[in-house]
Amino acid sequence: MALPEAKQSATEARLSTLTMPDAGCTRAAREDALARVLETGVPNRRDEYWKYTQPDSLVSPDAIPAAVFADDEPLMFNALDRLSIVFVDGVFSAEESDDLSLEGVSIDRLEDICCKDIHWAKDLYGVLEARGQTPVQRPLAALNTAFASDGVAIHVTGKPSKPINLIYRHASPTSDVIMHHVVRVESGAEATILETGPAASRFNKCMEIDIADKGTLHHVRAQGRDHERRAATHMFSRLGTESVYKSFTLTVNGMLTRNEQVVELTGDDAMAHVAGACVGDGDFHHDDTVFVTHDAVNCESRQVFKKVLRNGATGVFQGKILVKEGAQKTDGYQISQSLLLDGDSQFLAKPELEIYADDVACSHGSTSGAIDETALFYLRSRGVPTKDATNMLTLAFLAEAVDEIEDRALADEIVSRLEGWLARRS
Amino acid sequence: MLEIKNLHVQLEEEEKQILKGVDLTVEAGKVHAIMGPNGSGKSTLSYVLSGRDGYEVTEGSATLNGEDLLEMEPEERAAAGVFLAFQYPVEIPGVGNMTFLRTAVNAQRKARGEEELSAADFLKEVRAKAKTLKIDADMLKRPVNVGFSGGEKKRNEILQMAMLEPKMCIMDETDSGLDVDAMKLVAEGVNALRDEGRGFLVITHYQRLLDHIKPDVVHIMADGRIVKTGGPDLALEVENNGYADILAEVN
Repeated sequence: MALPEAKQSATEARLSTLTMPDAGCTRAAREDALARVLETGVPNRRDEYWKYTQPDSLVSPDAIPAAVFADDEPLMFNALDRLSIVFVDGVFSAEESDDLSLEGVSIDRLEDICCKDIHWAKDLYGVLEARGQTPVQRPLAALNTAFASDGVAIHVTGKPSKPINLIYRHASPTSDVIMHHVVRVESGAEATILETGPAASRFNKCMEIDIADKGTLHHVRAQGRDHERRAATHMFSRLGTESVYKSFTLTVNGMLTRNEQVVELTGDDAMAHVAGACVGDGDFHHDDTVFVTHDAVNCESRQVFKKVLRNGATGVFQGKILVKEGAQKTDGYQISQSLLLDGDSQFLAKPELEIYADDVACSHGSTSGAIDETALFYLRSRGVPTKDATNMLTLAFLAEAVDEIEDRALADEIVSRLEGWLARRS
Repeated sequence: MLEIKNLHVQLEEEEKQILKGVDLTVEAGKVHAIMGPNGSGKSTLSYVLSGRDGYEVTEGSATLNGEDLLEMEPEERAAAGVFLAFQYPVEIPGVGNMTFLRTAVNAQRKARGEEELSAADFLKEVRAKAKTLKIDADMLKRPVNVGFSGGEKKRNEILQMAMLEPKMCIMDETDSGLDVDAMKLVAEGVNALRDEGRGFLVITHYQRLLDHIKPDVVHIMADGRIVKTGGPDLALEVENNGYADILAEVN
C-alpha cells in the first residue's frame, strides 16, 4: 500500500541526506532495513505509537543544531576500573579509547566484522531489529540498521573483569549520528556494558543484544547533560533459557529523548529488568517506550520507570507486557510514576497488558503526583530545610528505579548525578 | 519556656474554630500533661506549635524563650528547640532512617551555627541511644518508619528526640497503639531526657501513660480551651470519673 503523501515526502526527504555505507557483509541486512523504512515511512505525529512524542525533529533531513555543553562535572564512571571505548560525534576514536582486548570478551568495530569474518555479528546485525518491527513498527530503528556508520560488536564469552564503557562525546553542534551495536552473550557468560554521554546533536542508536542460555548482561546508561540534544535509541534484546538482562537508564536534560526497549523472553526461566530514572526541567521531553514479550515459561519481567519533572517538562511512558499463548507462570511487573514538582509539567502514561496465557501474574501501576506534603512536614519538623527535604523526597522517589542497578558503585554514581542535578536547581 | 497566650486557631479550608483561647505556660524542667476528650483541640495545638500547614492563627501568641514561634517555618522552630513526637509517625519510603537522622541533626546544628557531627561521632551516638530504646541496627538501616510496628514507630520518635535534644518536647498521644511493655520502654526513653533545661508537653487520652511519665502539672482541655489545671491527682480523677464531671463543673 502506498504511503500517505506527507509521509512519503518526509521519508524521501530524510533519505535524501543519508548514504548507505558499503559495509560488505551487512549490506543485505541494510538493504532489507531500507525496504522496511520505505514500506512504513518515517514516523509522524499522526502515528499512534508517536501520539505523545513528536518525531519531527528526529526525522528531519538535517539535525537541528545543538550547543555542546561544557560539563562541569567529572566524566561519568571516571573513577571506575573499566574498558573505555570512545566515540566523538559518533566516530570511533582509537586515541582516546583503551586497548580493546580484555579477557572474556572480544570487541570489534562494526566495520571490521566482515573482513574478520565474525559470523555471530553478521548473523545478528538487523535481525532483532527486524523481529522488533511487529506488532509495532519502529521505522527509526530500521533506518538505523540501514545507515549506521559506526558501532561495535561485543562478544562476551566469559566473565570480563571490568565493565565495558561506551563513551559518546559530543563535539560539533551540527553532528547527526547513527550508530549500531551488536552484543552476543554466550552461555554462562556475564558482562556489564555502560553507555555514557550525549553523543551528538542528534543521535539515533540501536543496540541488538542476544543472550544465550544462562548468560547475563547488565546495562547501565547515563544520557548526558547537553540541553539541546535529541536522541532516539532502541535496545533490542532476546533472552535464552535462564538468562538475565538488566538495564537501567538515567536521563538528565536533553530537548527530546525517546528510549525504546524491546525485550523478547524466548527461553524458560529468563529474567528481564528494565528501569529508568529521568529528571527534566523546562524544555524537556522524555519518552520511555517499552515492549516486553513473554514467549516462554516461568519468566520474570520488571519495568520500573520514574520521572521527576518541573517547569513544564514532559514525561511519557508507553509500556507493554505481551504474554503469548503458552507462556505460563509468567511474572510480569510494570510501574511508571512521575513526580511533578509544579503544576506546569505533565506525565503521559499508557500502560498495557496483553495476555494469552491463563496461569500468569501480571501487575501494572502508574501514578502521577506532587511531593507528599505530610512527609515534607515530617522532615521539616525535624529541622531539615524545605529545599533539602524536597530533594530527599525526590531522591527517595527515584530510588526504586536506581535500586534496580545491582552494582552498588554504579548505583552510587547515578545517585550522585541526581544529587548534582537537584542541587543545581535548589 | 513555652508561653501560649489566648491562642485562637481555625482551619484554613473551612472557617471552623478549633482553639478558642488557649493559655498555657510550660516552665523549663517541668512536665505538663494535657488531657481531654476527642475533638477538644489537643492535636491541633501540637500541630500549630510545630508549624503544620492548614491552620490559621486568628488571635493570640506562642513563644519559646521569648521567640515568636508562629512567625517561624517548621524547620526554624525545630532549630529553636521544638520537637513534636507524632501521633502517627510518617513512613518515608526510600529515605534510610540513619540518613534521615543524620541530616536532621546536622541541619539543626548548622542552623544554630554549630559544627556538624562527623559520620563517626554520629554513628557512635546513635548506636548508644538506639540501644537503650531497643532499636536494632536493622531498624536504623530501613527506610524511615516503613514496615515498623506501632511500637517501633513510637520508639523511633523517641530516638529522634534523644538525638535532636530539643528544649521543648511535645508528645502527641505517644501512648496510642502501644502495649504495656512498649509504653514502659517509651516512657523510660522520655524520662531519661528529663532535665532542668527541658520542658515537656504530653498530650494523652489516658492516665496510664502518666503512671510512667510523672507530670508536674495536668491540664484538661475541652472545646478549644484549657478548662482546668491541677496536679497529678487531676489525671486520676479523670481516670476514675471520666470527663463529664469536670466539664459539668466548669460549665
